[in-house]
Amino acid sequence: MTPSLPIASFTGAFEFIFTPQESNVTGGKKVGGFDKSLELVVKHLEVTVIALAIALIIALPLGLWLGHRGKGEQFAIGLGNAGRAIPELAVIALVAVLIGVGLHNVAPVLAILGVPPILNNAYVGVQQVDRSTVDAARGIGMGEMTIIRKVELPIAVPTVMGGIRSAAIAILATATIAPLAGVESLGDFILNRNVYGENGLLAGAILVALLALTIEGLLALLQRRLTSDGLKLKTV
Amino acid sequence: MASPLVLAAGEVGGDFFRERNVGDLCQAQPDHLFCWDWAKENIDRFGTPTVQHLQIVIPAIVIGFVIAFALALLAHRSRWLQAPLLAATGILYTVPSIAFFFLLLPLSGLGRDTAIIVLSAYTLQIIFRNTMLGLNNVPNSVKDAARGMGFTNRQILWKVELPLAVPEIIAGLRVAVVSTIAIATLAVLISAGGLGTQMYGANLTFPTSIIIAGAIVMLMALGFDALLLLVQRLTTPWRRVKQA
Repeated sequence: MTPSLPIASFTGAFEFIFTPQESNVTGGKKVGGFDKSLELVVKHLEVTVIALAIALIIALPLGLWLGHRGKGEQFAIGLGNAGRAIPELAVIALVAVLIGVGLHNVAPVLAILGVPPILNNAYVGVQQVDRSTVDAARGIGMGEMTIIRKVELPIAVPTVMGGIRSAAIAILATATIAPLAGVESLGDFILNRNVYGENGLLAGAILVALLALTIEGLLALLQRRLTSDGLKLKTV
Repeated sequence: MASPLVLAAGEVGGDFFRERNVGDLCQAQPDHLFCWDWAKENIDRFGTPTVQHLQIVIPAIVIGFVIAFALALLAHRSRWLQAPLLAATGILYTVPSIAFFFLLLPLSGLGRDTAIIVLSAYTLQIIFRNTMLGLNNVPNSVKDAARGMGFTNRQILWKVELPLAVPEIIAGLRVAVVSTIAIATLAVLISAGGLGTQMYGANLTFPTSIIIAGAIVMLMALGFDALLLLVQRLTTPWRRVKQA
């Protein structure tokens, strides 16, 4: 058991975010502060965006296609359920040992956490589209790809975006422990508590929480923009 | 750490491992994917962490369920509460659990209590939303029929609406349980024990331990999921009749 930390304070944490603080182990060099916080926010976003992009490239077309064909339900739904049972800590720890450290190793593995929700929701969203709508599209001469792109995807936007939001938050959350595999993120403040101290720890937690809420909010906004007005009327 | 053990000839490792010191072999090759002999010799190391894991997960689920269920009943009676409660539990659900653990440090310190608080807060959204939707989805005609038979509002809730909402409630509970079991591995970061202790720390460079602990987590999730499915089958006998 590690000895319990002295009580950290929220005021101390906010000071840490904006102005560099003394540290016990850096030999007088100050740690934290606004520039460092901003740098880590950017790095955190970098690894999140790359991993999310990889997950999207893999899972979105596959989910849309499977949903369009109405095939592989067991696979898409089963993977979505199994994905929730994956312990993130084990994933990150295994990457560090077996594959290697650094962004190019960690980002693809973080992407694995994003694949199940995106695939699952893309499948469900497209599969739920009224078959008579799809038949009508086919009847006016649309090809299969056009049907997915112009009919099914727009109708499925809320469900598909729901999956993307889950994936983004899962990846962003797990990026917090990415420093264990040699990728800098806001988790540095949390995991290197001997360098950044208890205020740094709390500052890291605050920044991760705010970042997650911001990203979730922005994606919710994007979802509203992407959803056609007709669908909004129906759901109200 | 594992005491060095000498492998008998012809066992899993085959000729290559004959009479080699397996403990050292596994340590010397951290990228060696899975060391069966270490696993066989050290499987008892995982007993206590598994129990600790359950000691975090089960109270978290129970507390989360009780609160979410009460909130759902409240929102069912006063509909205007639905949107704000959904938003509030959504915020708790969005804050990454690691951040949540450390945000609570000034209030509840290190250890199991903090882990239980965070994980139960995390389950609220899923259980609340599903219970609420389950209750909302009960057809009005069914409620009218019950009222016609002389049921009071309280009886309608407990004898008609809630039983009909069981599949949705259990579906939410299953998602909550499975993700809680996975996330509880992070409790190691706030010294709350659990299976995360076998993944992070001294064992970070030893894949066998990480894989075994990860497998126990996933099996535990699978087990609870199957158990809840069974509960659903037992509590909704009418659905089986319909499907037959």
